[in-house]
Amino acid sequence: MTDAPILEVRDLRVELPLSRGTVHAVDGASLSVAEGEAFGLVGESGCGKSMTLRAIMGLLPRPGHIVGGEVLFEGEDLVTAPAGRLRQIRGGSIAMIFQEPMTALNPVMRVGDQIAEAPRVHLGLSGTASRERALDLMRRVGIPDPIRRARAYPHELSGGLRQRIMIAIALSCDPKLILCDEPTTALDVTIQDQILKLLLNLRREFGVSVVFVTHDLAVVAQTCERLAVMYAGQIVETGSVDEVFRAPRHPYTLGLLRSVPHFDSVQDSLSSIQGAPPDLVMPPPGCRFHPRCSFAQEDCLSGDFPLRPLSARRATACIHPDAPAADVDRSPVVADA
Amino acid sequence: MPEPLLEVRDVHMDFTITDSAVRRARRIPAEVLSAVDGVDLEIMRGEALGLVGESGCGKSTLGRCIVGLHAPTAGEIRYAGEPLHAKRARSERRRVQMVFQDPYSSLNPRMTVRQTLSELLRVHKMVPRSGIDARCRELLDLVGLPPRALDSHPRNFSGGQRQRVSIARALALQPELLVADEPVSALDVSVQATVLNLLDELRRELGLTMLFIAHNMAVVRHVCDRVAVMYLGRIVETAETEELFSNARHPYTQGLLRAVPRLVPGRESESAAVAGDPPSPIDLPPGCRFHPRCPLAQAVCSEQDPVLAAGGEDAEAHLAACHFAWTAPPPAHTPEVAADA
Repeated sequence: MTDAPILEVRDLRVELPLSRGTVHAVDGASLSVAEGEAFGLVGESGCGKSMTLRAIMGLLPRPGHIVGGEVLFEGEDLVTAPAGRLRQIRGGSIAMIFQEPMTALNPVMRVGDQIAEAPRVHLGLSGTASRERALDLMRRVGIPDPIRRARAYPHELSGGLRQRIMIAIALSCDPKLILCDEPTTALDVTIQDQILKLLLNLRREFGVSVVFVTHDLAVVAQTCERLAVMYAGQIVETGSVDEVFRAPRHPYTLGLLRSVPHFDSVQDSLSSIQGAPPDLVMPPPGCRFHPRCSFAQEDCLSGDFPLRPLSARRATACIHPDAPAADVDRSPVVADA
Repeated sequence: MPEPLLEVRDVHMDFTITDSAVRRARRIPAEVLSAVDGVDLEIMRGEALGLVGESGCGKSTLGRCIVGLHAPTAGEIRYAGEPLHAKRARSERRRVQMVFQDPYSSLNPRMTVRQTLSELLRVHKMVPRSGIDARCRELLDLVGLPPRALDSHPRNFSGGQRQRVSIARALALQPELLVADEPVSALDVSVQATVLNLLDELRRELGLTMLFIAHNMAVVRHVCDRVAVMYLGRIVETAETEELFSNARHPYTQGLLRAVPRLVPGRESESAAVAGDPPSPIDLPPGCRFHPRCPLAQAVCSEQDPVLAAGGEDAEAHLAACHFAWTAPPPAHTPEVAADA
């Protein structure tokens, strides 16, 4: 995976002008996803992770808009690309899977037709060929009895089957990159487990890159190779999942990891992060996490906090990365299996 | 063995979902959904019992029956030895209180915290009128909110703070049993931890008994002393928490445990823990309800409905409703779960 990245986001800025002020939803986010890689973007609600994903696709909800930065997909800047070109890429080389399959699917169109639509438009397949392709895709995503199910409407299917339909649609034009926005949050654990494993197997089979946006650290641990942790519109830490989970170098990442109840062991009490995330109309000066950070020092209160590289593929925005490191040395975050 | 605070005896809760004059005229029977289908459950005084299962398994309906929001179709709920009906006297209502999942819709948006709390204290005559204000402050202090929160409306609070207000409201009546229905699943992880710690603290300080309804197994392991697993309206397994997590006997419980994504990176297996979707609760499979999805299913499973039965020497401590729970060799993945503990 030393090839050029398939997706590179540089210093992306997204603003939402609202009546009470401008929300800086994404404030200088940079990330890169290598070809064939599974990349996780994690953070709590309102941190800008979904906005980042939507900005990549050019699907920002009004009145949100990109005010700066570049989104390079195979070297081509999507921010400045004309609308026609974006339409070609969207659903073609870049596909998206949404959180709530019930609202993302067309309720009055048979699911088989919904899968066949994109290959007809993007690949110029005939009606018969696209329908054949839809059935084939339904088989590959593990939908039993695809011929009957293709004639069903979304409301006739269970949540798990609907999400499989979404995945079939995403795969329908042989994408190079799939963006998943909380793909399993609305599903039960056993169904979540099925869908995650399906996505992983398909990724290997099709060799496609995947970006997972999720609030669930465990989902990232099980599915991704690298991740970026987002807080208050900024990326605060990136690295391989293994390194970041075992040795977080940003207090926010550490706090997140410590506040999740572990499945494999019982902690005496969960440590939590004090306070609440800042209002993105008026983010605090300096490091945005300093009001909630237990390691905060004088020099955290002002200045800029860009990602600083720690090693080749590892970076943190914290200027005292030794503090969380020492804390992890005292008591490890993730028990070794 | 301490006496149980709450006993649920063979409770059924049916909902009629399609019924109309036309259907009745044509003598088409109404379709009935049995959300809770013959559940027996005991909660000991001071215990935290976890009730887990996937959406639609009837866990919330059972919780609502216990609080008195639904009148069970059949069966009995006994509280400290006395039958507890859905229609309750004020003094009975007081003793079982509930915290709901969604802190955004379960508080009256037009009432300040003071109004919400003082209404309860007044109606239930918990304290003399002159003491209401002091008691409100005390309650807020108990859940870790500042006194100035009293005159705020729910819209001024974050999700975690709202859930604290909901907990204060439930505690205002000094209940003995708290039914918490997914109290943290609508909250962000960092906030989840504070609410879980608060519940834990309150339980120790006030000696509360708790029924904790959840789908997140990790949260349940952290909070509960004992766990009951529900599948399609039935309890399929109950045991002490550590016993259940290390030695699950029902294939559904085993699958549920395996399906939980772990925080330890890179331990995924290729195949899904439980295959298929849960069947429709209106059209239940014959025999064991889990058999269409069960990796161990035999012929007998589609014919006979298994009952909750004990297998170990210590009867009653660990019950499972599977024909093979105590006879078949434990499936291969059980040691993996145990090794993590």
